[in-house]
Amino acid sequence: MATKTVSFEIKRQASPDAPAVWEKFELEWRPGMNVISAMMEIAANPITSSGAPTTPVTYDSNCLEEICGSCAMLINGRARMACSSLVDNLEQPIRVEPLSKFPLVRDLQVDRSVLFDNLMAVKAWVPVDGTYDLGSGPRVFPQQQEANYPLSNCISCTCCMEVCPQFNEETGFVGAATIAQVKLFNNHPTGKVFKEDRLRALAGDGGIQECGFAQNCVEACPKQLPLTEAISDINRDVLLQKAKDWLRK
Amino acid sequence: MAAPRIIVVGGGLAGLAAVIKIAEAGGAVDLFSIVPVKRSHSVCAQGGINAAKNLKGEGDTTDKHFDDTIYGGDFLANQTLVKRMCEAAPGIIDLLDRMGVPFNRTPEGLLDFRRFGGTLYNRTAFAGATTGQQLLYALDEQVRRFEADGHVKKYEGWEFLSAVLDSKGHARGITALNLRTMELRSFAADAIILATGGIGAIFGKSTNSVVCTGSAQSIVFQQGAYYANGEFIQVHPTSIPGEDKLRLMSESARGEGGRVWVPRKAGDKRPFGQIPAAERFYFLEEWYPKYGNLVPRDVATRAIHKVVYELGLGLEGQPMVYLDLTHIDRETLHHKLGGILEIYEKFVGVDPCVEPMRIFPGMHYTMGGLWVDFNQMTNIPGIFAAGECEYQYHGANRLGANSLVSCIYGGFQAGPNALQYVKNAPPSESNGHHEAELTRQAEINNKLITNQGGENPFRLWRELGQVMTEHATVSRYNKNLKIADQKIVELIERYKNVNLSDRSQWANTSFAFARQLKNMLELSRTVVLGALLRDESRGAHYKPDFPDRNDEKFLKTTKASFTGSVEGPRFEYEEVDTQYIKPRPRRY
Repeated sequence: MATKTVSFEIKRQASPDAPAVWEKFELEWRPGMNVISAMMEIAANPITSSGAPTTPVTYDSNCLEEICGSCAMLINGRARMACSSLVDNLEQPIRVEPLSKFPLVRDLQVDRSVLFDNLMAVKAWVPVDGTYDLGSGPRVFPQQQEANYPLSNCISCTCCMEVCPQFNEETGFVGAATIAQVKLFNNHPTGKVFKEDRLRALAGDGGIQECGFAQNCVEACPKQLPLTEAISDINRDVLLQKAKDWLRK
Repeated sequence: MAAPRIIVVGGGLAGLAAVIKIAEAGGAVDLFSIVPVKRSHSVCAQGGINAAKNLKGEGDTTDKHFDDTIYGGDFLANQTLVKRMCEAAPGIIDLLDRMGVPFNRTPEGLLDFRRFGGTLYNRTAFAGATTGQQLLYALDEQVRRFEADGHVKKYEGWEFLSAVLDSKGHARGITALNLRTMELRSFAADAIILATGGIGAIFGKSTNSVVCTGSAQSIVFQQGAYYANGEFIQVHPTSIPGEDKLRLMSESARGEGGRVWVPRKAGDKRPFGQIPAAERFYFLEEWYPKYGNLVPRDVATRAIHKVVYELGLGLEGQPMVYLDLTHIDRETLHHKLGGILEIYEKFVGVDPCVEPMRIFPGMHYTMGGLWVDFNQMTNIPGIFAAGECEYQYHGANRLGANSLVSCIYGGFQAGPNALQYVKNAPPSESNGHHEAELTRQAEINNKLITNQGGENPFRLWRELGQVMTEHATVSRYNKNLKIADQKIVELIERYKNVNLSDRSQWANTSFAFARQLKNMLELSRTVVLGALLRDESRGAHYKPDFPDRNDEKFLKTTKASFTGSVEGPRFEYEEVDTQYIKPRPRRY
């Protein structure tokens, strides 16, 4: 009996300036196989389907449990995590390419540090007095915890930014992930001390006004964050803040 | 005088905890990490973090937490530090709470707690089933705050290659590799904290993340640091076998009432729902009536192996057993275990609220690690270690939900201790050792990138993983451990013929991996030979030929030192600090 195989087409690019080429691979099918295990197989046997030797594919990955946010890429045109992309659920040939909205490093690896810069710009933290034992934290009722917890599940994969038509160099839009974190920290009893700073950071160019409500973000989010809800809530808060700031002038 | 500068390698919970303490005290930190720190392996911790807050009226105390931890670790842990950690734990939970970790709450708005393995108390605080992720994010956010004000400089995408040691053997910095540009550089600091996590990769497939290779620990071991208790490897009873890794299925599933069972009849083909209660073998509950499904991990793992391999009762003859949550209502499950149920459904395609999960033990954690003193410093002056990469807190077996607290506590100790050390450290006489170390590293790199031979590093790694998993996990036999060591020696020899199919100088992942692989191979020998020499059974280290604990001979810390790639590690033994709790038989 012939072994069952899986066909892959992977977009390769040796460096940011090198030309992109597509390479085809024919791999032995295994139960439970995901896109990551295919990459691992290629690393152990770096040969294309035409028998030409090649190099292992460069890509980001770490936990392989869809919680670290590393392995986002375009799989059959869709921004998603490679670890949770099971081969059996994908149409073949499985076409894998890097996220398109971020500077390419090599092959499937891109530079997504802009998200971490954005989180710094909006002060996405709770300003605690110190790390000494200062007694228990503020009381938080379960209802509030249940509202905040989903926002805190963001894995910084940047899928929401990749699929957003407004996320591009022209607008400089921060993207949904950062806005959701603003909502999270503005909701926190201590974190809200920076509420006005955060809203002002989202008020100008590249801020929340750039959102065109395409709602692609919420569709693409692998962790089902309530992104559109966060955007409308923060949009309202930003407008209120703008009005307040105008009146104070 | 300029602020003291300290290098922290690793941006998981332990590393970030150390960074925060140093920055808070006014020190400056260079933080090195292979991945952006927010993507570190700590995100994988699921179930929770232990602290005896006694918010359930059970009379829990930090002393009981201390006793459970020592007893769970089969008396191998040095007691003084474990005691301090358990005493500090409630304050750590409060701090995390103040930092905004969305812990689950009681109706009154207080922290909720659940039960974990190896204890009879509800002592585990949790944020759904993604506690590690939430904790790591809280520390990541605080570090970003210190980054914004200039106390911390991050070097993400840099891999630690070696410590720079001066002529007296004191640490004076590190060399590191930029994983994108492949630039080799040295960085100066009078103290280094390694917080580089676990070693799962030496077992091929484990519950660990890709970066958990143990490479950094192995490097400083090869530079003269002791590696302690390497033979103590935790195999988690409940993981989901996969092609690329073994995915963790948290102990919290059992903490919330999950039951482990198999059909009493071997090879029973009926769907689970058609098997009446009387024909189900809830073996943990039958064998361990007091702790039931929440016996410590080593005990549960051996029980599952017994059921599968000795009694032949694995599901449909396969090495798998049921972990059943279907008797619990969906809303409770979603509220308390959401994250892990989602993982199971995504990767297996079955809803665990409807059908029991199929699980099997998988390599999960190393209790052993770099030897450190009570100040978290290794025997190399100026090199500190914290978190899973050191050996201090868990003895022969770690209790569930104790790792998060040990990471943060260890980091909180290492940071201030490193600062103190730097203040008193004698000034470096010259910078010559930086250049010498750079030359040594450049030679290794050049040799590797130009090496001609027939060995693919990824295939060598698979062979290592197979032999380690087969011979050095749940049941260990001296005959097999010797076979495993011979195999590793063979792989070290074959590594000399390693041939990189990628010889480029840009984001070359095979190059970085091949360097890690050499270090994995060297470290594997401390695990295998440490196990070979320890002729007893204690905690996770189980030898069927020596089924009892032997305190007279082996109530001792194993210390391995590197003597050379050919000679292998040398072993010596150190007394264990048992001043608070007298060792007693461990019977659950």
